[in-house]
Amino acid sequence: MSEAHGGPLAHHFHDLDQQREAASLGMWIFIAQEILFFGGLFGVYTIYRNLYYEAFAAGSHHLSWKLGCYNTLVLIGSSFTMAMAVYSAAVGRKRAIVGYILATILLGAVFLGVKYVEYHEKIAPCFGDGPHTGCLVPGARFDAGALQLDGARAREAQIYFSLYFAMTGLHALHMIIGVPILLWVAKNAAAGLYTPAWHTPVELVGLYWHFVDIVWIFLFPLLYLIGHH
Amino acid sequence: MAQHHIVSWKLYLGILLVLCVLTVATVGVAGHDFGALNTPIALAIAVAKATLVVLFFMHVKYSPRLTTLVLSAGFVFLLLLIVFTGSDYISRNWPITPAG
Amino acid sequence: MNSGEQDARKTMSSQAPLTLPKRHYLNADYGVRSWLLTTDHKRIAVLYLVSVTAMFFLGGAYAVIIRLNLLEPTGSLVTAETYNKLFTAHGVLMVFFFMIPAIPAVLGNFLLPLMLGARDLAFPRINLLSWYVYVVGAAFTMYAVVAGGLDTGWTFYTPYSTAFSNTNVIAAGVGIFITGFSSILTGLNFIVTIHTMRAPGLTWFRLPLFVWAHYATSLIQILGTPVVAITILLVAMERAFHFGFFDPARGGDPILFQHLFWFYSHPAVYIMILPAMGVISELVTCFSRKKVFGYGFIAISSLAIAGLSFMVWAHHMFVTGLSVYAAMIFSALSFLVAIPSAIKVFNWVATLYRGSISWQTPMLYAFGFIGLFTIGGLTGLFLATLGLDVHVTDTYFIVAHFHYIMVGGTIMGYLGGLHYWWPKITGRLYPEWWARVSAVVVFIGFNLTFFPQFILGYLGMPRRYHVYPPEFQVLNVMSSAGASILGVGYLIPMVYLAWSMRYGKVAPSNPFQSTGLEWRTTSPPPTENFAETPIIDEEVYDYASPPKEARSV
Repeated sequence: MSEAHGGPLAHHFHDLDQQREAASLGMWIFIAQEILFFGGLFGVYTIYRNLYYEAFAAGSHHLSWKLGCYNTLVLIGSSFTMAMAVYSAAVGRKRAIVGYILATILLGAVFLGVKYVEYHEKIAPCFGDGPHTGCLVPGARFDAGALQLDGARAREAQIYFSLYFAMTGLHALHMIIGVPILLWVAKNAAAGLYTPAWHTPVELVGLYWHFVDIVWIFLFPLLYLIGHH
Repeated sequence: MAQHHIVSWKLYLGILLVLCVLTVATVGVAGHDFGALNTPIALAIAVAKATLVVLFFMHVKYSPRLTTLVLSAGFVFLLLLIVFTGSDYISRNWPITPAG
Repeated sequence: MNSGEQDARKTMSSQAPLTLPKRHYLNADYGVRSWLLTTDHKRIAVLYLVSVTAMFFLGGAYAVIIRLNLLEPTGSLVTAETYNKLFTAHGVLMVFFFMIPAIPAVLGNFLLPLMLGARDLAFPRINLLSWYVYVVGAAFTMYAVVAGGLDTGWTFYTPYSTAFSNTNVIAAGVGIFITGFSSILTGLNFIVTIHTMRAPGLTWFRLPLFVWAHYATSLIQILGTPVVAITILLVAMERAFHFGFFDPARGGDPILFQHLFWFYSHPAVYIMILPAMGVISELVTCFSRKKVFGYGFIAISSLAIAGLSFMVWAHHMFVTGLSVYAAMIFSALSFLVAIPSAIKVFNWVATLYRGSISWQTPMLYAFGFIGLFTIGGLTGLFLATLGLDVHVTDTYFIVAHFHYIMVGGTIMGYLGGLHYWWPKITGRLYPEWWARVSAVVVFIGFNLTFFPQFILGYLGMPRRYHVYPPEFQVLNVMSSAGASILGVGYLIPMVYLAWSMRYGKVAPSNPFQSTGLEWRTTSPPPTENFAETPIIDEEVYDYASPPKEARSV
């Protein structure tokens, strides 16, 4: 492979195979550490769900499982379009790469839009004066009455919502960070930088996006579907 | 290397459909009471979905074994965190027999 | 000029003084931009060297004030509140900004590509990024420390840190969070490099033990650091938004914080010691002129330590109200994790046996390490013992235990390695006599500082207290006196190492006649490390054969 300026081979690698192997392993290691990063929250969730099951179920009932289900399908769809983007790169269809990446971004934006709606209905009541009915942000203004809880259960439900915001918030943050990266890859694809022989950046950003999807695959049942029977 | 194996787009479509079905199943299963098996079943479906994404969308099925090792390491150590921490909470109130 | 020609010149005319190679990584380019925008792993290592040294002395300054305060039982030098901020700053700066990065980011960064026969690490720009992340994290943390300080201890225990402390918890937490990514990026880079960039013929079991040690360290960095990262975020969220994960008043459990915190922070101490063990393996074999005994055992023991280190964390929590049954399991596993460390010590000693030992400075540090690490490690077994730990936990016994390992162990390993590879890094020899003197001063000062603390702890003096019962004064004064000697021992190398960069004797490419690829290129190496990629066809540590000249392959 050419080592000329602008060629994809970096100077410290012998050939593209080595470079590809290194880039791929690096991305997987990054994903492994992300598993531990999110995993800490899942660990906290596991402990408190077992300690405070009723409060968690009450909190979970308050979420819209329909929106959650819809969002899950949207995100899975975006994983499909991302995989198709990688496929397009592997078969050398430049415009398809860009199209599928844009579709991925679009679906991601839909997901984030739904998230905004969900957050808004829980956070908006917390502002201003007045009874703050329906405020579900943990703290002084938390409206336990909306969940028909009081006393210890009310406190425990606040932990549920703390986890809800922390976990979905961190997840949403990862999606938000992914969007400009996807745009950058799309830009490069449009400029013809990716070929069947070298399209590793598309693969790597795909791995990131799929990982974010997998986190949500677990978040959905764990947050939205507690004790629905 | 994943590089040399191009997964057919039809397979991707198939996986997408299976994932959608499993998502519907997730909701459906949540509506029934399987007693102590509720959580394991929900988790099993989620694990199945994640496995499909990992194997096919992320190409792990066609990747070197090192990739599987790296991914597994992440999950294994997370499991370690949860299980060992959990062991404290589960056994905190177990009786301690006094010296007899 | 490759080092083969340079050594040939040396053989041809032993009277002619050595000169530095015409072209090397230090003179490849000039100016601040060439340093701040470098992607050369060797220059990045030097950037880290400057940063970690600065943080070491800053953290050490806090230790000086602590020891000054402890000269008197009434602790009248500083108030209790200030004292809390002092030991917190000392701990935070030393742990996160010196101990964890020092050997990997300085020696590891410099040597790994050389030892592997590679031109650079797998991701040179990420390497530079990791340094910038470190600097930003350090800036944040220093801001927190300077603007009012932090008084929670480096351990940030809740609910004090989340609900009661009036100090800059969030700022410090953010700083440490950021710095954690520096650690993760370094570990990621090392693992990928070791897997994918070994020179032809360099199989896993021909790798220097320094490489194995850094591989194991990198595993811990990648798997452990993210957990403390999310934990710090949770503390920040709790403090800022009153979430309640760790606050009993809100249904949370403070012990859960400790589980999450120590899940990382125990393996973290192995991040601190494993690289030093890697250095010692290199020093012991070179200065006994003998292949290290039990190479395979030492290599695998590094991996075993990395794995087992994740299963013992709750031995920091025996007195918290932890389940007794969990405590027993963690205690047993803590005994188990001592075994691979002991295997290393036995193998080093077996290497020394019937070796041809020379007493250059790096070997002095290696001997110091073996003795002091053994003491520190054995006292760790005392602490793994449930009954005894209840007695000595939160006393100076613990303080002495971990300083024996971290200072008597890691810092001696760091200094030994720094001196051993100094000629490679700078092209200059350090002054041997001064170096030996300061190694001895460090050893004496260290023991005088920390051995009395074992006794103090056993007698019941609590840690993190700015006052103590008067009957402990003699031992405290001894400890403070030792600290001043130790300080001198650390300052002397700063002076002569700096001096040597300009006035030291020019070093040959292989001043200690060592095996290993890093010695087969010039001192200092050229930017691309090797003129041609080396091809390996001999076993590691082959001291039985005559020393290899640098090859132009």
